[in-house]
Amino acid sequence: MNNLAGAKPKDIARRRGQTDDLVFYGSSVRLHWPRFLRTLQGIAGLVVLVFVVGVALIGPLVAPHSLSAIVGLPGNGPGPAAPLGYDFLGRDVLSRVLDGGRPVLVLSTVPIAFTYLIGITVGMVAGLSRSLVDPVLMRVVDVFIVFPPLLLLLLLIVGAGTGAGVLMVGLVLVLFPGVARLVRTATLEASTTGYVEAAVARGESMFSLMRREILPNITAPILADLGVRFSAAVIFAAGVNFLGLGSSPPAANWGLMISENREIINTNPWSVVVPALLLAMLTISVNMLGDAYVRSLGRSSASR
Amino acid sequence: MSSPDRPDGVHSEPAVPSALPFQIQSVASVGALPSVGSARLTRATGMRGRHPLVWYIARRVAAGVVTLLVASALIFVATNALPGNVAEAVLGKQATPQRVALLERELHLNDSFVSRYGSWLVGTLHGDLGQSATELAEGASSTSVTGLIGRPLFNSGVLAMLTVILLIPLSLLVGTLAAVRSGRCSDYAISYASLALGSLPEFVLGTFLIVIFFSALHVLPPVALVPLGSSPFAHPNALVLPVLTLLGISLAFCSRQVRAGVIESLRQDYVTAARLGGIRERRVLWRYALRNALAPSVQTFAQATQYLLGGIIIVESLFAYPGIGQLLVQEVLLRDVTLVQGITLVLAAIYIAINIAADILVVWLVPKLRTGFQ
Repeated sequence: MNNLAGAKPKDIARRRGQTDDLVFYGSSVRLHWPRFLRTLQGIAGLVVLVFVVGVALIGPLVAPHSLSAIVGLPGNGPGPAAPLGYDFLGRDVLSRVLDGGRPVLVLSTVPIAFTYLIGITVGMVAGLSRSLVDPVLMRVVDVFIVFPPLLLLLLLIVGAGTGAGVLMVGLVLVLFPGVARLVRTATLEASTTGYVEAAVARGESMFSLMRREILPNITAPILADLGVRFSAAVIFAAGVNFLGLGSSPPAANWGLMISENREIINTNPWSVVVPALLLAMLTISVNMLGDAYVRSLGRSSASR
Repeated sequence: MSSPDRPDGVHSEPAVPSALPFQIQSVASVGALPSVGSARLTRATGMRGRHPLVWYIARRVAAGVVTLLVASALIFVATNALPGNVAEAVLGKQATPQRVALLERELHLNDSFVSRYGSWLVGTLHGDLGQSATELAEGASSTSVTGLIGRPLFNSGVLAMLTVILLIPLSLLVGTLAAVRSGRCSDYAISYASLALGSLPEFVLGTFLIVIFFSALHVLPPVALVPLGSSPFAHPNALVLPVLTLLGISLAFCSRQVRAGVIESLRQDYVTAARLGGIRERRVLWRYALRNALAPSVQTFAQATQYLLGGIIIVESLFAYPGIGQLLVQEVLLRDVTLVQGITLVLAAIYIAINIAADILVVWLVPKLRTGFQ
């Protein structure tokens, strides 16, 4: 999983362009322009991510047409008035691309925030508790992973109907068990250390124990996992939209655009390729950043 | 990587490796032996002592059945999350009250929640997954869910099997190659290519493939239409792009895991010993390193197969391939609750079965796990 496996520490340091302090000392995550963003991979990932997020956030403000206005012939290719041509109903593809990023971002970032909030809380409580709370919590977590995530999302949509709210709740349910398990493992590990035992002996409360002793020491595994999990959220959110079970039609969404313009892929391929490309750039850049971070941790923490 | 604190039972560790598309797993433990928490084979007397493997299999299957029960309950609760009337949703707003009442009676919608779940469960044990709501509403002659999902299930099986058959040798090859060249240019090329490929949503990769092979090169059809009643094998052209899409993403994941496993075993003492003993490097690699990296790879391939269960849903919709995934999405749109319940239960059963099979295979492959001392 990381290319540095098998290399000597000295080689690793040289390849990364580091000669001084190798990496990461337990608790101190340095936030001043982190090292992983100084590698080529980190910079490339960040630049692409900023570009895609920029398109998604600023796009709706500069879109030349309304996203539902029919301004040309269905499936017509690019022309002077429409650089990306027209979609299957004759709407401006450029405007819809500029409008379609925001829902993708919202539908993935909001669930990710809740995923980590719930996952970290559940994981830490389970990891620290010495009672029945731990097994009970973990069995509840296990319930949500008895089958493929997309299947759980579809089930929920059948039961509760389509809509952004249902999709977001579904994404949290699908994503949080992994975080909870990961945090629980990290917490168990951290709770055997001297400083946690000292804090327990001092009689600190559960909350302050979690916030001041455990949380700062488990940020590395949590951050290492953020990249893949965020891209999973993007993939599921866009995928459900692609299946036509997310935002309802006039709204633009990169996932939905790919499926609705498939029939005109020959006359105006841009209507499909551009949203696909933007989604690809988003997921790849996020994974690149995550991978760069994992590599910056070095081998020991990376496999956690 | 084992989880010693996990009690045995329903969810003893690898009951379900991950809820996420397996990309997530690449951050989790890599190359290590699959969790052996559940493989604790005690040296007790009697049945357990004499046939530890049989005892282990029995326990895993029993745990799988319980997991499936949990899954069935979850399916039932999720599909009934909102009290919205299924009969009305299926028939549409114009339906007369009489028709709604009739359909409700046919689907037993007026019974209590628990009794509906109970009769569904009992029916399932008899191989009867109930009646499809939409088919009943249309007055179709055959309305049994079991009958409706047979053919699509076969078609999807063909798709998944072809992918797995190509996936295993290819990822072993690519992964081993990257491991041998570890740290060099070709390894970086493979690693970054697989990182990018594995990040893509299935429908994005599939769309790119359609644009390349259909729009630009005109060599392959953009949809995988298989006429009703004919075998997918009769239309090999149609299968190429769906299989390629699934293969691309799962190959990216598997080759990374294989690479990590091979690197791990190349570092072991027995490899050094073999090299010092003058055994040729090629033989050391394929017979010593790769063979020992196979056990963890079994778990990887199991995860990839489980991923395919979700992946086919998207890929079949993209290519209009008449499989179980496309049927599922159609019926979700139509809110055919009974059919969706049936399909998800079948898929969940396959998901759990793959898990158990992989666990048993690993215990069988790694003698260490069978002795009771670990």
